[in-house]
Amino acid sequence: MLNSLGREIPEYMEGIGKLEPFQGALTKLSKGWMDEPTIPAPNKAYLPHQSKLCKTLEEAIIRSNPHNGMTVSFHHHLRNGDILLVQTLTILHNMGIREITLASSSLNECHDPILPYLVDGTVTRIFSSGIRSQLGRAIALGVLETPVVIHSHGGRVRCIHTGKIQIDLAVIPASAADIEGNATGSHGKSAFGSIGYAVIDARYAKQVIVVTDNLVNYPCIPLSISQNFVDHVVLVDSIGDASKIATGTTRITNSPMDLRIAKLAADVIENSGFFVPGFAFQVGAGGASLAVAKFIREKMKTKGLKGSFMLGGITSYCVDMLNEGLFETIFDVQSFDAVVSNSLLNNRHHIEIPAALYANPFNCGCITNKIDVVVLGALEIDVDFNVNVITGSEGNIRGASGGHSDTASGAKLTVVVCPSFRGRIPIIKKRVHTIVTPGETVHVLVTERGICVNPAFRELEENLRNAGLNIKDIHDLEIEVDKITGIPAPLEYTDKIVGIVEYRDGTIIDVIHQLKEHGA
Amino acid sequence: MKNFKNRRTMLYIPGNNPAMIQQGGIYGADSILLDLEDAVALNQKDAARTLVRNMIKVTDFYDAEVCVRVNHLSTPFGMADLEEIVPLQPSAIRYPKTESPEEVIELLNIIEKIEDRHGLPHNKMTIHAMIETAMGVQNVFNIASKFSRIDAITIGGQDLTADMNIIYTPDGAGIDFARKRIIMAAKASHIDVIDTVFPDVNDEEGLRRETEYARKIGFTGKAVINPRQIDVVHEVFTPTEEEVRKAYHIVKEFRANSAAGIGVFAIDGKMVDAPIVARAEYVLRLANVQVG
Amino acid sequence: MKPKIAAQSGTFESSDVIFLIEPLPHNSGRKIELYSTVMQQYGVSFRRIVDEMLDQFEMTDIHLIAKDKGALEPTIKARLETAIKRSLDQQEGTLK
Repeated sequence: MLNSLGREIPEYMEGIGKLEPFQGALTKLSKGWMDEPTIPAPNKAYLPHQSKLCKTLEEAIIRSNPHNGMTVSFHHHLRNGDILLVQTLTILHNMGIREITLASSSLNECHDPILPYLVDGTVTRIFSSGIRSQLGRAIALGVLETPVVIHSHGGRVRCIHTGKIQIDLAVIPASAADIEGNATGSHGKSAFGSIGYAVIDARYAKQVIVVTDNLVNYPCIPLSISQNFVDHVVLVDSIGDASKIATGTTRITNSPMDLRIAKLAADVIENSGFFVPGFAFQVGAGGASLAVAKFIREKMKTKGLKGSFMLGGITSYCVDMLNEGLFETIFDVQSFDAVVSNSLLNNRHHIEIPAALYANPFNCGCITNKIDVVVLGALEIDVDFNVNVITGSEGNIRGASGGHSDTASGAKLTVVVCPSFRGRIPIIKKRVHTIVTPGETVHVLVTERGICVNPAFRELEENLRNAGLNIKDIHDLEIEVDKITGIPAPLEYTDKIVGIVEYRDGTIIDVIHQLKEHGA
Repeated sequence: MKNFKNRRTMLYIPGNNPAMIQQGGIYGADSILLDLEDAVALNQKDAARTLVRNMIKVTDFYDAEVCVRVNHLSTPFGMADLEEIVPLQPSAIRYPKTESPEEVIELLNIIEKIEDRHGLPHNKMTIHAMIETAMGVQNVFNIASKFSRIDAITIGGQDLTADMNIIYTPDGAGIDFARKRIIMAAKASHIDVIDTVFPDVNDEEGLRRETEYARKIGFTGKAVINPRQIDVVHEVFTPTEEEVRKAYHIVKEFRANSAAGIGVFAIDGKMVDAPIVARAEYVLRLANVQVG
Repeated sequence: MKPKIAAQSGTFESSDVIFLIEPLPHNSGRKIELYSTVMQQYGVSFRRIVDEMLDQFEMTDIHLIAKDKGALEPTIKARLETAIKRSLDQQEGTLK
């Protein structure tokens, strides 16, 4: 069957179940509740002065009832410095555990070493908001029989509530913890800031292991993860490569192209009608997206304008703006550098929030619903403003849904920033390869060669034209860029589905077909 | 009066760098300067020339004026540059180390011969003479004033200080006389005069200071070596809203008064005469404002 | 024409392409090796440009290797023209 964006979605998939086609960003939410029942969180019991401390991760895993077909979950707050996911799966593999469902909030390059476990049947299913590198390539080429499920950060919470992801074991790395499992990422030698994505895992997993390289005297505060949900605690030498977890401060890009795009995006925001006192703002952590913050910061100072809150992935740049009084509050679900951890720990206006509060659509209001302006990136965007942030131009899975669709659906102004072509490949397509974020939730595309406004938002276009900005029809820009680059030959795919892209409400917005290996 | 072109910024782009050339038009510089001279290694002159030729043919530089800096005719590269570039008729050829009117005559002869061979007019593409030697500074008025094809002169600070055997200092002390002499020659010839580059791309404040000084002493624009410098230079060379409002008022009053046959009149008690009107018209052109 | 000497043009930078040309013994024809970061998307047009330009210069007994990092068509053509002229020792207005 076709979903409302014209993508062919199967009604049922082995290993996944029934699929519900996407019917519009707010269609399912407008009902006011979710029809799918939520599963109960496990009830546990614990005796006074019993000990949770295990000598090794292996011991903790043995005490957690490992079994074939189990679901193991992780958070990705250690980013590319994580070592515990690979260690855990290696231990399970060595125990002979098979058919594991891996449910990590995201997967990075550092997880490439688990690829053999996908090949040998140790891991047979994956839920994640992002997959990259060799794993992404192998999955695109069809290493797994069952398609992976790509969810958003908000959608993951819903998946866990509904039991689509039923976590048997959650392994939660923390940079500080006590013997009862109270844990945080906000201090310690491996500090990584907010632990917001792991909160739902702690609540719903049948077994929870907190792993730390920094066992502190009881109680460990703040109680980012609290002891009443934690079964086991392990002290290890290291939870990861500190240099890849969080270092120093985030620098704004020096790339003239990114800065140019960012400057144009800031001009768009300034003239959009949403750059008003008390506005709420979210930007990404890198490239042009973060650079927008630099220009917005200057504009806020020039105009003496103060905002309400910043949200999402937080960098030192956001912290600077908080400290300068440009914003009143930071809601931090994920922190990107060492300075942020410090601020999170010490500034009461810098607040750690769980993924559910950040972005889950099925509750009485997540914070993404309160965003005025969000700036997002794209791997591809099409003339209907649909955005792909998951599959690359070479067909590999190499990105993350993350909070992209969550924030786009909530913001009054969603600005997508990207170059018009990368490495000769045009970014503006007639049709993106994979839709992650529907065009109806994207207002403006900003490229170095022009600004395109979604025709559904006429008043916005009027505002921007009146401000003298270089507005182009997205169809014209697509043709202009194709003329520069030449039209690329399409990639070839088989009929086999290797990935399913969930929209945040659980409906299926797109599927990813198996890539034919080039030259094969 | 010559066709008015806004030349607040001239962005240098190394002629052998395809990534930078293909993005040249996106930064909003008033002029793009594709460089075959100092930015290109001596053994890559052929590669750069061919690349620039191909890129000019198909690249959309949007609203920017496209200029090419060729090598001097005394080098083994200058003639080949002209043979390849003149037929493409960019907006302008920038000629380095111009020292005398005789050199310009030689240059124009060669350009016109190439143009004749290709059936091209002699008045479309203009010449920007770069003054970057002590001799050039001494001869600048004769270079600037005698040739209708020269519509801008520029100063090359680094080469000039080298020629003068002095060190280039951020305060520009060594080239201050040259700057002002060149400006005066340009003003007397009614052509544009463009300041040298500010070499430290990370020093935004320094760039702003130097650009403000350049504007104050009479330069009409400034060369930039990095796209990140464009916004600052544009800000400095773009009239403020207040200046534009005043200029608008002056020009409007002037037209009303001229229509009534009045030559000299007053605004807010201050006399307005021809030079003030001319200055106001200049401000409005810079700001791209029409008096309707 | 046959290349007189081994020649090279271009760089390994992004949006550029590097061409290497070597002469081959008489009656060897053309040996062409093309590598590109965008081979899947632009491999066919890349090959066509190379063939057309080698035809245009009537090149034979040539071993040509190209490594492309997403160069646009005018860049590919410029680099190849430069490499061919250098291999024929026909380049003008440059130091060698």
